[in-house]
Amino acid sequence: MSESELLPSGRRRIDLLELKGIVKRFPGVLANDHIDFEVCSGEVHALLGENGAGKSTLMKILYGLYSPDEGEIWLNGKRVEIHNPTDAINLGIGMIHQHFMLVETLTVAENVALGLPSSRGPLTDLERVSKRILELADIYGLDVDPEAYIWQLAVGQRQRVEIIKALYRGAALLILDEPTAVLTPQEVDEFFVTIRQMVEDGHSVIFISHKLHEVLAISQRVTVLRDGRRIDSCPTAGCTKASLARMMVGREVIMKHDKPPVDRGEPRLVVQNLHAMSDRGTPALQGVDLEVYSGEILGLAGVSGNGQRELAEVVTGLRPLTEGKVLLEGQDVAGNDPGTLTDRMLAYIPEERMKDGMVQEFSVAENTILRDHHKQPFSRSGLLMLRTIAGYADDLIRKFQVKTPSRETPAKSLSGGNIQKVVLAREISRGPRVLIAAQPTRGLDIGAMEYVHARLLEQREQGTAILLISEDLDEILGLADRIAVIYEGKIMGVVDADDATPEYLGLLMAGVEAETELLAQNTC
Amino acid sequence: MIISLLTSVLSITLRAGTSLVYATVGEIYTERSGILNLGLEGMMLMGAVTAFATAYYSGSVGLGLVVALAVGAMLAAIHAFLTVTMRANQVVSGLSITLFGSGLASFLGQRLGPVSNNYYLVGMVGPKFTPIRIPWLSKIPVLGALFSQDILTYLVYLLVPLAWFYLYKTREGLNLRAVGENPQTADAMGINVTRTRYLYTVFGGMLAGLGGAHLSLAYTPGWTENLTGGRGWIVIALVIFAMWNPARAILGAILFGGINAVQFRIQAAGTTIPAEFLNMLPYLLTILVLIVMTWWEALSKRIGAPAALGNAYMREDK
Repeated sequence: MSESELLPSGRRRIDLLELKGIVKRFPGVLANDHIDFEVCSGEVHALLGENGAGKSTLMKILYGLYSPDEGEIWLNGKRVEIHNPTDAINLGIGMIHQHFMLVETLTVAENVALGLPSSRGPLTDLERVSKRILELADIYGLDVDPEAYIWQLAVGQRQRVEIIKALYRGAALLILDEPTAVLTPQEVDEFFVTIRQMVEDGHSVIFISHKLHEVLAISQRVTVLRDGRRIDSCPTAGCTKASLARMMVGREVIMKHDKPPVDRGEPRLVVQNLHAMSDRGTPALQGVDLEVYSGEILGLAGVSGNGQRELAEVVTGLRPLTEGKVLLEGQDVAGNDPGTLTDRMLAYIPEERMKDGMVQEFSVAENTILRDHHKQPFSRSGLLMLRTIAGYADDLIRKFQVKTPSRETPAKSLSGGNIQKVVLAREISRGPRVLIAAQPTRGLDIGAMEYVHARLLEQREQGTAILLISEDLDEILGLADRIAVIYEGKIMGVVDADDATPEYLGLLMAGVEAETELLAQNTC
Repeated sequence: MIISLLTSVLSITLRAGTSLVYATVGEIYTERSGILNLGLEGMMLMGAVTAFATAYYSGSVGLGLVVALAVGAMLAAIHAFLTVTMRANQVVSGLSITLFGSGLASFLGQRLGPVSNNYYLVGMVGPKFTPIRIPWLSKIPVLGALFSQDILTYLVYLLVPLAWFYLYKTREGLNLRAVGENPQTADAMGINVTRTRYLYTVFGGMLAGLGGAHLSLAYTPGWTENLTGGRGWIVIALVIFAMWNPARAILGAILFGGINAVQFRIQAAGTTIPAEFLNMLPYLLTILVLIVMTWWEALSKRIGAPAALGNAYMREDK
């Protein structure tokens, strides 16, 4: 074995990994339909596709978490069997999952040591592990403290721990499953620097994403999956956002909606000095001030877990506040229950649409009247007016193009996009004065995303005041008129969408105080 | 006088606490793997009745212990099969096993006895563990009580530090903690979640059986209906009180054993408080402990229950 075949971590490279004719069936779904895929040493091969296209399934097969129904895996020209993650790890395959695989109550070193044999027999050898972590951190320029507990770390740091964990296990091939979903733009940049260095050193990387610009920025080759099938593989250099989106969705995609100018009206939702606690009893909101005007979309950007969910819940009456005011069209409604707020025409598209947005066991029709089922015309003298409800539901299903076998189908058997359409239909068709939309397109495919965006813009034109809470900066930049950034329960700054850049918002999202200097630097 | 009183209180505390420590340490391990075992009461009762019956006929308390361990293991294996393999609701499965175990123990107590006693075990006298006085040490005032106990109580002195060391200082212990906190992660790291959960559920059941055996072979030798007096339930609270740390298990057990001891002394001394009220004390304290611990846990979430406690795990879950 020559020196050049070794990685800086001392492990052998994986010159070529091939997946041949992989088939995986789940009950009722063909998740992978004869997929071929390959990746070479020193290459980032992107795997692109919408939710449900089969990317994660394919990679879980490669990592031994799922077993394929058909197909073969070849490594450096030899056929290999991968039955569980240990097999994959022994072959030099490491995976960084979309949801981090870290035990929060353990330290970095303990997490790295998990499941590995120890040099001290049955006893732990955390000191030795810590030393090796620091060596690897040094080689790859990753800053981590082996003694720190995971719960103490920020998201970007946790991701570094994941990379270290894979390298520690001798990973020569890294599978990155939507690794940037939770990072700020700056963290993404740093992360890409690390990936590029690892690839230069001879690692192979499979980069799973549905973000087109990231795929274009980091990969040398791209393979597009759709509905469990491989559509195409091609060098990234010849691709554009539009061409990739077309392959991914199977038709032309509107990348950006036109946003007609709308004169903003009176402030409809005003939040003053809002304080509230998280589920854990720690302060989640620490003096939030916001104003949302009629006919505007106020985007609330921020890294997940900085108080967005709590803010939405306080405003919609689902969470008690400890201090402050919530003014709905001039009236203080702080502490009002959700029912009262419903009557004041506050609409809410919750982040957890399956859990908070609908009753899963109920039919589509029943879900469309959840807010008004106790009122005329849907109920009279305590009886449900089933014919009226059926007519109303059919009407909404048609207007909002909900794909459902019938109005009596249980909501839980609909796809994510169609579930969101039902929620959207219920909330919007009441003619709301204020709309709180929390992560309205998370987990939706491009088609459904387009649809939700179009409807939100339509509401804006009709004069609704919209608070759009999203962790997707592209979404916020595309839709919002003004953008507020939340960090650790405080608003770091509010900017006009026309003046905002991803870099500047990224700084605010990371908690850097808004300074005129920075603003000037980034706007010119 | 005072010294002899203190000595006797300490002595009863240790004897009353022994079965609690076994079951608590066992349940801590089970819960650390993410499985809640509410079948403890049934397992302790079954351990108690089978251990006594075996010792009564064979004349060997050692054989009684072996049978109690095996019976506890078998009941726990049923629980593990239902909750890990079949992914049944852990609370329902545990309650079923308690109901099943209590009923079966009561039935066996009326069938396994000698013909002369109408097949009843109640009232029979069998072999038992007797205190072993350690020379010199047992002569120390008050603390001497620590060294004039039966062999099962002496084993507790070893079990608790070993259980702590295993959980926090060994690879297997680290893996166990990870499985109870985050089975997905543990699985991805190559730890066998199913094996771990089976192993520690069965281990917990064995210790529960052993705890039951201590009741029928040492603490109150013999068999009576409902011999455990709800100890299996107190243990569930003690696990929370111990914050899932085996070292703290001994504190809880001593506290509850101590209440038993004090209540004995008060009753023996003759008091106007009805005995029923004194008998309620351990259970009232259990409620109090749960309230305080729940409130305290809310303040310091980080040292609370294993995050995956009560959740079934299946790899191919989408």
